[in-house]
Amino acid sequence: MCLAIPAQVVEIDDVSDSGTVALGPVRKRISLALVDDVSVGDFVLIHVGYALNKISPEEAERTLALFGEAELVEELAAAPGGGAT
Amino acid sequence: MKYVDEFRRQDLAKKVSRAIHNEVDRGRRYNLMEFCGGHTHAIFRYGVQDLMPDNVRFVHGPGCPVCVLPVGRIDNAIQLAQQHDVILCTYGDMLRVPGSGRKSLLKIKAEGADVRMVYSTQDALKIARDNPGREVVFFAIGFETTTPPTAVAIRQAQAEGLKNFSVFCNHVLTPAAIQNILESPEVREIGSVLIDGFFGPSHVSSVIGSQPYEFFAEEFQRPVVIAGFEPLDVMQSALMLIRQLNEGRHDVENEYTRVVSRDGNRKAKALVAEVFELRRSFEWRGLGLVPYSALRIKSAYAGFDTEKRFDVPAIQASDVKGCECPSILRGVKKPTDCKLFGTVCTPENPMGSCMVSSEGACAAYWTYGRFRDPTTAREASA
Repeated sequence: MCLAIPAQVVEIDDVSDSGTVALGPVRKRISLALVDDVSVGDFVLIHVGYALNKISPEEAERTLALFGEAELVEELAAAPGGGAT
Repeated sequence: MKYVDEFRRQDLAKKVSRAIHNEVDRGRRYNLMEFCGGHTHAIFRYGVQDLMPDNVRFVHGPGCPVCVLPVGRIDNAIQLAQQHDVILCTYGDMLRVPGSGRKSLLKIKAEGADVRMVYSTQDALKIARDNPGREVVFFAIGFETTTPPTAVAIRQAQAEGLKNFSVFCNHVLTPAAIQNILESPEVREIGSVLIDGFFGPSHVSSVIGSQPYEFFAEEFQRPVVIAGFEPLDVMQSALMLIRQLNEGRHDVENEYTRVVSRDGNRKAKALVAEVFELRRSFEWRGLGLVPYSALRIKSAYAGFDTEKRFDVPAIQASDVKGCECPSILRGVKKPTDCKLFGTVCTPENPMGSCMVSSEGACAAYWTYGRFRDPTTAREASA
């Protein structure tokens, strides 16, 4: 029920507060009534036909970097005399 | 698919898994409740449990709106469609949920009732516009994610002067349910259900923000990590919970920063506050009456409230005999503890709601074959 999928905004219609998103070859008309300041090219989360939120590309990068860091901590801890405190 | 594929990468999953194995304290257990059915689904679909050490256990919570809706409310919807001759619109998940007497919306549709599956509240509005001579009821269910789209539809119906559209509101609130679980005797009594930490919901939190969890992280001294729905998100969040528990902390942390902020979606929250108000209490399957855990439509929008326009009686109905959905929803039992599971109750022929919705724990166990796993079977019989 609470599932949502990320899709890119390709068109915006200010009059009806709606837009078109692309998900691979699929295009879908969605409501933009719940989000502010969306521009063409932004990625948004789509839930029951509505854009629920914008996705932050910077934060996504940061989180991905964390997954790599997990191992770094592990390596530090494993190294003799090293410690991840 | 961007923002999906990279969060399912196997090489990164192995890294996070190694870090978790390395950091857990072998002398203790970590019971981590994922509140949300979306997380349950991710854990099973991607085999996340298998990448965890033996002493890290996922406890499945009640975060499946289809599962927690009591039978009486489904009976209400069936009555509306059958006795009041309305066009009843609802999301696909609701159609096969059994009501009393094994009736479901899908069955009564086959018998001639006008039940329609919609993808969006916008579709329900269109049906109302196209059928001005008929009453159109939107059977609204869901947590904070699904509530704002209902609020938009009600406001739009008012702006357009749609006279034949109303909403049968069953929207429920996540923080109230988590608090209820933490206050339940089973959790308080040592030894029955232990929950050491929580995965906070992904998309519910994108609307309400991380702030509402701060109260019970403090009050109940349990860490909360808001986690995205992809498998790497769940694993990284497990690592963050394990670190907090190792350090004796109970903070609210946010792994899903690409979508969730502390304040959430202010515009969506304002719309919900404009249209809805708190119910004094609401019945949840498995949890019973939970105070201030659901929303109703404000009197300013009474014309769009199905419960004001039609006679919608309070129906006390019980679950199918032997169905363990209530205990499963509280995290007290596992699907494999239920006698009906996999015998008379399957997704094709569900007896209880947890087998219907893809977010339900029983459906996840069945679909991904976890009940055949020797470890799960051993645990179940222990």
